[in-house]
Amino acid sequence: MAVTQISVFLENKSGRLAELTEVLAEASINIRALSVAETVDYGVLRLIVDNPVLACEHLRQAGFTVTETQVLALEIPDRPGGLAGAIRLLSNAGINVEYIYAFVGKAKDNALVVLRLEEIERAAKLLKEHGIEAVPAENIYRM
Amino acid sequence: MIYNASAECMDRKALERLQMERLQQTVKRVYENVPFYKTRFDAKGIRPRDIRTLEDLELLPFTVKDDLRQTYPFGMFAVPMRQIIRIHASSGTTGHPTVVGYTSEDINTWAEAIARTLSAGGTTAGDIVHNAYGYGLFTGGLGIHYGAERLGATVVPISGGQTKRQVQLLQDFGSNVICCTPSYALYISEMAAEAELDLEKLPLKAGFFGAEPWTEIMRKKIEDSLGIDALDIYGLSEVMGPGVSYNCLLKCGLHINEDFFIPEIIDPITEKPLPPGERGELVFTTITKEAFPVIRYRTRDITSLSYEKCSCGRTFARMQRVSGRTDDMLIIRGVNIFPSQIESVLLEIEEAEPHYQLIVDRQEKSLDTLEVWVEVSADIFSDEMRKLEALQKKVRHEIEALLGISVSVKLVEPKAIARSEGKAKRIIDRREI
Repeated sequence: MAVTQISVFLENKSGRLAELTEVLAEASINIRALSVAETVDYGVLRLIVDNPVLACEHLRQAGFTVTETQVLALEIPDRPGGLAGAIRLLSNAGINVEYIYAFVGKAKDNALVVLRLEEIERAAKLLKEHGIEAVPAENIYRM
Repeated sequence: MIYNASAECMDRKALERLQMERLQQTVKRVYENVPFYKTRFDAKGIRPRDIRTLEDLELLPFTVKDDLRQTYPFGMFAVPMRQIIRIHASSGTTGHPTVVGYTSEDINTWAEAIARTLSAGGTTAGDIVHNAYGYGLFTGGLGIHYGAERLGATVVPISGGQTKRQVQLLQDFGSNVICCTPSYALYISEMAAEAELDLEKLPLKAGFFGAEPWTEIMRKKIEDSLGIDALDIYGLSEVMGPGVSYNCLLKCGLHINEDFFIPEIIDPITEKPLPPGERGELVFTTITKEAFPVIRYRTRDITSLSYEKCSCGRTFARMQRVSGRTDDMLIIRGVNIFPSQIESVLLEIEEAEPHYQLIVDRQEKSLDTLEVWVEVSADIFSDEMRKLEALQKKVRHEIEALLGISVSVKLVEPKAIARSEGKAKRIIDRREI
């Protein structure tokens, strides 16, 4: 159910992002989704890739600080209010969303979003009860 | 256990009388036999008879490592060569090595100091002592060796290296005590774990670790992985070698063999003596050594002294674990700062050897700034920004609380801090002074 997200610590200096993407390219790793959070000095790059194990290995070897986190990928109706429904459900249940970002559009009628939550199991169960299925990890990696 | 209670638990008044008597003899001897000291004393207008109380120690000139290099190899010896029965030397990575000599009586004193050390950590006659300090010019191996024999223990003079074999012999012989550097103790425990050997099941009960700086966190790690009491021992070849000071099982500072060495703490800049409890540079005057006496030798080690009697019964002054070197000292906005202080903060937060660098700069209006760069290791990295920001804030607050000056903390990528020969350059001082 949960998808493995890779987070990388990046100093804000020129060329670092280029180096990182080149490491992934050389290992033939495809990026499915990404988001960046940043401060003045550094940023955290979060990635969903087709082979997280291999990606981590290569990034670590190249000297990057990497951590793996379990996140939830949701397919939600691609229309106004589509996301609101899911978020409201979580909010009412007191489940905190740490951060959220969207996939580059691939699903036909739906949009894909990645959610970082504190209580991933409970969230998945709750969403499922309300007809919102988490996208299986294999589907994401294979996409 | 106390090896020599009549010395180690001596009443302070009696101890001071003994120190005074021995100091006067030493001062007289070096003045008469070592041209270096005669020149130095004369330059300050000091005669041996001017030393009438222990406080008069302050009148004497300091001796520094460079003085020993200038007199290479035997210029500081106070007895004729035929009375010297042993030579040791420091590695001499920067310039000439420092050469030290010992008379038969010096070797005796040294063995006594080590016997006290080993005994304070629970070693008794009949114990098997695995001695993995290097044998050779380095004082560690032979120093421990003679002391363990003096105690009546069985010495395994294995020296360093061949770690697999060391682990095997530790097991086969059923050694009770191990002596080596703290980092080597950790390495041995790792090798044992790899060999799926349960070290906690061995009869090993105590370890005597020194010759390099280490921390409380390392102590705990060694104690947990080897199932022993890990004791800190201190010494330097210029003063004697290992056995200058030692932990008792209470591990609350290191007891200094004060009947052999008089310790002082000085401000490394003003060179004025500091009161007990204050941190500063440790200085030693030897008062029994025949071949190689030193007068007010500046160790460059930073620590503080306490003269309070220990619960173990010993009255000898205790020094705190050495927390840095004067060579590394920074003065920022008038405050003396040692990288080790910052390291201790990071150690507690990271629970691992931290990689950090201190950037000192001076602003236009001549205000010094200290920036602490901390490498973000996988252990402290989080995908959540608020956690990284909280970490940054915590490091800043704790350093500021300890140092009393404001600092800024910057998180950097691993290996962002240049390393040379495995050691990171800790300080970059950009001030133009």
